[in-house]
Amino acid sequence: MERNVQRRRRAFATLAAVGMAVAAGQVHAQTATIAVGAPVTSIDPHYHQLSPNNAVSDSIFDKLVNTDAQARNIPGLATEWRVVEPTVWEFRLRPNVRFHNGNAFTAEDVAFTLQRLPNVPNSPSSYAVYARPITRIEVVDPLTIRFHTAQPYPLLPLDMTNVRIIDRESSENVTTEDFNSLRAAAGTGPYRAVTHRNGDRIEFERWDGYWGDRAPFERVSYRMITNDAARTAALLAGDVDLIDQVPTSDIAKLRRDNRVQLSETVGLRLIFLGIDHLRAANENSPFITGNDGQPLGRNPLRDVRVRRALSMAIDRRAIVERVMEGAAVPANQFLPEGVFGHVDDLPAPAYDPDGARRLLAEAGYPQGFRIQLNGPNDRYMNDGRIVQAIGQMWTRIGVRTAVEAQPWTTFIGRAGRQEYSSFLIGWGSNPDGSHPLRNILATYSRERGWGASNRGRYSNPQVDDLLEQSLSEMDEAKRERLVVDAMRIAMQDVGVVPLHIQTNIWAARRGFEHTARRDELTRAQDLRPAAR
Amino acid sequence: MTVYLVRRLIQALFVVLAMSVIVFVGVFAIGDPVEILISPDADQLERERAVAALGLDLPLWHQYLVFLGNALQGDLGRSFVFNEPALKLILQRMPATLELAFGAMFISILVGLPLGLYAGLRPNSPASKTIMAGSILGFSLPTFWVGLMLIMVFAVQLGWLPSTGRGETCSVLGFLGVQPCGAGLQWSFLTVDGLAHMAMPALNLALFKISLVIRLTRAGVRETMLMDYVKFARAKGLSPARVTFVHVFKNILIPVVTVVGLELGSTIAFSVVTESVFAWPGMGKLIIDSINVLDRPVIVAYLMIIVLMFITINLIVDLTYSMLDPRVRLETKGA
Repeated sequence: MERNVQRRRRAFATLAAVGMAVAAGQVHAQTATIAVGAPVTSIDPHYHQLSPNNAVSDSIFDKLVNTDAQARNIPGLATEWRVVEPTVWEFRLRPNVRFHNGNAFTAEDVAFTLQRLPNVPNSPSSYAVYARPITRIEVVDPLTIRFHTAQPYPLLPLDMTNVRIIDRESSENVTTEDFNSLRAAAGTGPYRAVTHRNGDRIEFERWDGYWGDRAPFERVSYRMITNDAARTAALLAGDVDLIDQVPTSDIAKLRRDNRVQLSETVGLRLIFLGIDHLRAANENSPFITGNDGQPLGRNPLRDVRVRRALSMAIDRRAIVERVMEGAAVPANQFLPEGVFGHVDDLPAPAYDPDGARRLLAEAGYPQGFRIQLNGPNDRYMNDGRIVQAIGQMWTRIGVRTAVEAQPWTTFIGRAGRQEYSSFLIGWGSNPDGSHPLRNILATYSRERGWGASNRGRYSNPQVDDLLEQSLSEMDEAKRERLVVDAMRIAMQDVGVVPLHIQTNIWAARRGFEHTARRDELTRAQDLRPAAR
Repeated sequence: MTVYLVRRLIQALFVVLAMSVIVFVGVFAIGDPVEILISPDADQLERERAVAALGLDLPLWHQYLVFLGNALQGDLGRSFVFNEPALKLILQRMPATLELAFGAMFISILVGLPLGLYAGLRPNSPASKTIMAGSILGFSLPTFWVGLMLIMVFAVQLGWLPSTGRGETCSVLGFLGVQPCGAGLQWSFLTVDGLAHMAMPALNLALFKISLVIRLTRAGVRETMLMDYVKFARAKGLSPARVTFVHVFKNILIPVVTVVGLELGSTIAFSVVTESVFAWPGMGKLIIDSINVLDRPVIVAYLMIIVLMFITINLIVDLTYSMLDPRVRLETKGA
């Protein structure tokens, strides 16, 4: 079949080009084409903290600490790292590493990179946060560097997984435009970028001087096809060899198709419901009324029994099976099994509408109340349909639910101003439980930089206290216990209502093999010719 | 003539100005670009820095005045997302859109005019009825569906054409062998691979226009055939070909030119659906991506350029009238 298609295409090309030289672009074992669903906005690795950009940067640049497919830290440009004193981290750097331009990699490049992070002009989302805890950088020798911090800071290696190292000699005063035009895009990664057409494609070429395993393809073409159906069609037509963000509606069809093979793994993105904790127990929440449509005079969501009832009323298994076509796992916490901060004794809540009704009655709402559930309709996999499904499930226990799904651009601003009573949203975690704790579940505080994405304004002093201890605990085992305890408390308190953790799915043509990553990044180096 | 042109220019200026105000306020009303662009794990300090870096900490009227001041010096602002001048981004994408739009227009005239002419001259033949029925399909089928069907049939099932993307490109000078292909403005229609990539999206865009041209031409022909000067020309003993192609054809062109001109404008400006379905890296895709992340400088610059383009096209259409029909006098038209 595949061979047929190619033969026909070749025949047509010849027909169409009578009298002209035909350069039949045949698939060659040495090249591969990847199609991604989200546009890459920059080649500058320090300009815009965005997953598609990070995926491309990861092929061109290296970090001191890399992450493997399971999101565990592994040596990158640093071979080992250790705590010298509670406030000093030491990284030993990999010897004999060269940048694409031939320059040697040394500690000076690391220091230079960290100094650039806060100084990228016009950045809409900078990497400065990863340099901020560091008060002083000490270059001990060309292959040893020390970072001094004001307080003990256990998360420094994790932060380093976000910092891509650039070459100091050739990068003084470079601008984002210099990276985009590839004048200054020299890294130490397995591929170097040779063409960049904004919003269309990036062409990679293998870097033969790479310190690690040699990249499997001589050339990789990295195309952006944002339309889901067109991306799948491009794969089936044989124009591309790997696609990401396989739409759930195509999963069943692609599984049966023996021309392609899916690669998948449970990811790090939790889809959950945010809950209005801002209004006190005796205040009105914006989208909650009594059954008669009159204001209730109180915020039922401040009662943990109501929150628990709303959580128990959701049939997560049905959502995963019917709406998500199996591309998710029901969850009651932010991180999946096997990731730092996963709580073992916190299974997904059982679907129990009767129990939920009892809890509501106990809390003083035997007849329920009215609520509006908000959410985006163009952001997460099947987001609009999930919101509808939950609306029906809540109505079944007597909480009469209206749903409103809007485009992300309008939704997110209103969610950030606490205008909703309940809303669906997602969170892609770093592989460390302190990350969602600090950003979503900690009390909102500008001074501490906590709770910046805590859009429901959940607040629990016990959680804050455990998080604070964990953020200066240098012993990993003790730190994990603190993180797990904090997470357990917040989840038993139903600070948010977790729904499911998404599965990341790629589809590759037969003859290619792809390693699925928890962190959703589609990287050129994760695609190989299949072993024969 | 000069007075006429000056008056049109002043009008244009006001329209552009009004447009920029509307877009500015519109984007502000939709949402906050920083909320969309910022990494979710940015803390409050980083958010404040980003707001200030993008100039969004100023009151809206102040932001607008800053924009206006820069615009007068030819600077339409830098994209929030790409950190490159908005104008440069748009101009980079322009060749892809232009060649697609002109390709579609070319197809629609090449196919639409002869078919329309035939249907007008022989209104009762079965072939004419088939053509007219077919043109209804061209009007009523949604573009995105037709696009996907084209991909499914010609790329996935038959494997004749590449499914998406722009393919190989070349510059005009490169095509002539003066310099390497990669240098200068890149066009797809200069390479075989590029043409193959262009075929489906151009056809998809052309479908609606073909139908339009067929219907306009047919209506025009039927009306003109009954005119006295046509009867007179025939009575004079002129050959049917001369009557059709000189006397009839020239007179039906006015509505066709108007509509094709306006259609060209809207194809250049808003071929968003086709460009997304075929992953064609043109301006339509840029504008939809920009709207999705509220990249205000790009949206404002884009719409201002589009307004200018429409004004220019209308002007050209008006000038073409006066050439096609000597009775149309620009000065007396009162713009």
